[in-house]
Amino acid sequence: MAVAVSGLSKTFGTTRALVDVHLSVGWGETLAVLGHNGAGKSTLLRVIASLVRPDAGTVAVGGFERAKDAAAARSIVGYVAHQPLLYDDLTAAENLAFFARLYGVRDARARIAEVLDDLGASAWADRRVRGLSNGMQKRVAIARALLHRPSVLLLDEPETGLDVDGLAMLDRLVRTVTDGGAAVVMTTHGMERGLSLADRIAVLAEGRVALSGRTAEVTPADVRAMLTRQYQVAP
Amino acid sequence: MSTYLRAAMAIYWKDVTVEARTKETVFGVLVFALIVTFIFKFTFDPAPRVVALIGPGIAWVAYIFAGIVGMGRTFVLERDRGTLEALLLAPVPREAIYLGKLAGAFTLMIVVEAAMLPVFVVLHDLSFLSLPFAATAVLATVGLAAVGTLFSAIAVQTRARELLLPLLFLPVTLPVIIAAVSSTSLLLEGGGWREVGEWLRLMLAFDIAFLVLSSWAFESVLEE
Amino acid sequence: MATAETTRAPAKMGLVQPALLLVGAAFLLADLYLIFAYVPTERVMGIVQRLFYFHVPTVWVGFLAFFIVFVSSIAYLVKRTDVWDRRAYVAGEVGMLFLTVAMVTGAIWAKPVWGTWWVWDAKLTTTFVLWLIYIGYLMVRAYAPDRQRGARWAAIVGIVGFVDVPIVYYAAELWRSLHPELVTGPFAETGSLESSMRATLYFSTLTFMLLFVYLFRERTAQRANEQALDELRARLG
Repeated sequence: MAVAVSGLSKTFGTTRALVDVHLSVGWGETLAVLGHNGAGKSTLLRVIASLVRPDAGTVAVGGFERAKDAAAARSIVGYVAHQPLLYDDLTAAENLAFFARLYGVRDARARIAEVLDDLGASAWADRRVRGLSNGMQKRVAIARALLHRPSVLLLDEPETGLDVDGLAMLDRLVRTVTDGGAAVVMTTHGMERGLSLADRIAVLAEGRVALSGRTAEVTPADVRAMLTRQYQVAP
Repeated sequence: MSTYLRAAMAIYWKDVTVEARTKETVFGVLVFALIVTFIFKFTFDPAPRVVALIGPGIAWVAYIFAGIVGMGRTFVLERDRGTLEALLLAPVPREAIYLGKLAGAFTLMIVVEAAMLPVFVVLHDLSFLSLPFAATAVLATVGLAAVGTLFSAIAVQTRARELLLPLLFLPVTLPVIIAAVSSTSLLLEGGGWREVGEWLRLMLAFDIAFLVLSSWAFESVLEE
Repeated sequence: MATAETTRAPAKMGLVQPALLLVGAAFLLADLYLIFAYVPTERVMGIVQRLFYFHVPTVWVGFLAFFIVFVSSIAYLVKRTDVWDRRAYVAGEVGMLFLTVAMVTGAIWAKPVWGTWWVWDAKLTTTFVLWLIYIGYLMVRAYAPDRQRGARWAAIVGIVGFVDVPIVYYAAELWRSLHPELVTGPFAETGSLESSMRATLYFSTLTFMLLFVYLFRERTAQRANEQALDELRARLG
């Protein structure tokens, strides 16, 4: 399993962000996580990315358990967050060079040129991030996540800020990554895109998995019904 | 080079590059230190004879207040743009992030300190320059930056950033403050290595204790 | 952590707390008798010296409390179980109370004896700095965005603060040797105590220790209930 999540719970103060979540994603698969704002989608990705320590449950990425082998798990995960996670006063290429050093990427210069090219961002490699539009920043952010050839790619609402070209590129990218055997977990608001792009789908409501299955077996109506599901308080 | 040092160096170098380009923090902190020194001049108007007595205190208070402002910014940029998460995502030991950030804070403070020396000569006719003073300054700054980096990582995540840092920082660093001021006073009175040796040893002990402790504790500061 | 405890029943104290309360009350009465009736008045300092039997025990118990904060904080960071956080927090809270009493009684005692409320000798400086650090300890929780982070940060402050204490003491001691014009000497020279005074001091310490244990147990139980309530509230949404 590329990602195995079991019995995951997380409470922030008095807000239950995740409640007993079980999910798994195989190699070469794409999982789309749907849900309303505040349903726990981002928290789920952040736990998988080991940014958030869960209160209960286990997360394993590529067989590495977060609790035991965090560094190994981190080294195979690429993560695209809402924010671009780039330094405004460094150029796109300098940002990537910095992260290449943190990830110990070999032959960094060539690799940076390669990912920038993949994302159609070569033209502004030497411009400071501050001067780039949101869409451009997003592309560089995705380049940052791909830099170390992650085998698990986490995308948190990657559509945000991308134009039509960008979206097409994103879809191509997800397919290329999974064709190469890596797994993708993405959160999205776009149900149709999620259903067409992903192999598996999971719907979160109030921090619980309301629905999960293969996209082939799930209809948009099922998803819609689950999105608004309310949970009773467990006795 | 180990992963640990490579990561720490990368973070340090990144911070220095950003600061060298924007010069936001270093200028602000310098001007702040200058203002504090200048205000002391008018609140005390010390006679030349008194200056030798209270000069070291004024210098260190101005420097430490400016340092609090500067160190408070160590994580502000990372926090506001979310890049702290990018550091946490990387497969690097959390201690390396601490060390890299600490080195940045140390450099900033030493630069400010060096720039303040001539200011002191002009405003108070007081020159601290000597080798034992350099040792005092470096040892004190390591201790201040070690504690400041740890606490500013906490403070930046709270609602009361500016308030919490001095509240946590000043009581804990009191030994360093006492040592730095005492050592500087002794040097001004004509003392040398022998007179300030005890104070230097005290600061060294403080530095080692808090470098080790803060490295260990840093992971617990950052995780969510 | 949180979810593992969701089904926890309210903490039960059994008979230990009432028993502690009774024994503590009896000790307190006996202690008051010893301090105000039994023990002879000190010749030089006079009646005010009786504050000594409040001051010294509260200092000792205050420092002991912060040792508990230190140990519990390490245990919390290693094990991450709420119970250690509760122990650390309550010890900090109650320790703060004892240390405040100690400083107030110390100042009242110092005024007639030394002619000043406060002197910056090593013991007083250390006590005062410890007091400040633990204000920070309690405040960092209040400012934290959620309870878990507050608990972790407080633990760090608790550990850092405790390690700082001997260094502060040494620095203050060294500083005093540079400023000899100050009044020196600790608050009390316990070495020259008469046997009845010594006995009263020890008895008083025991009494305050009992008081501490009672308050500590009461507050930890209370806090456990508070947290159980918070979790229930979270589940109800």
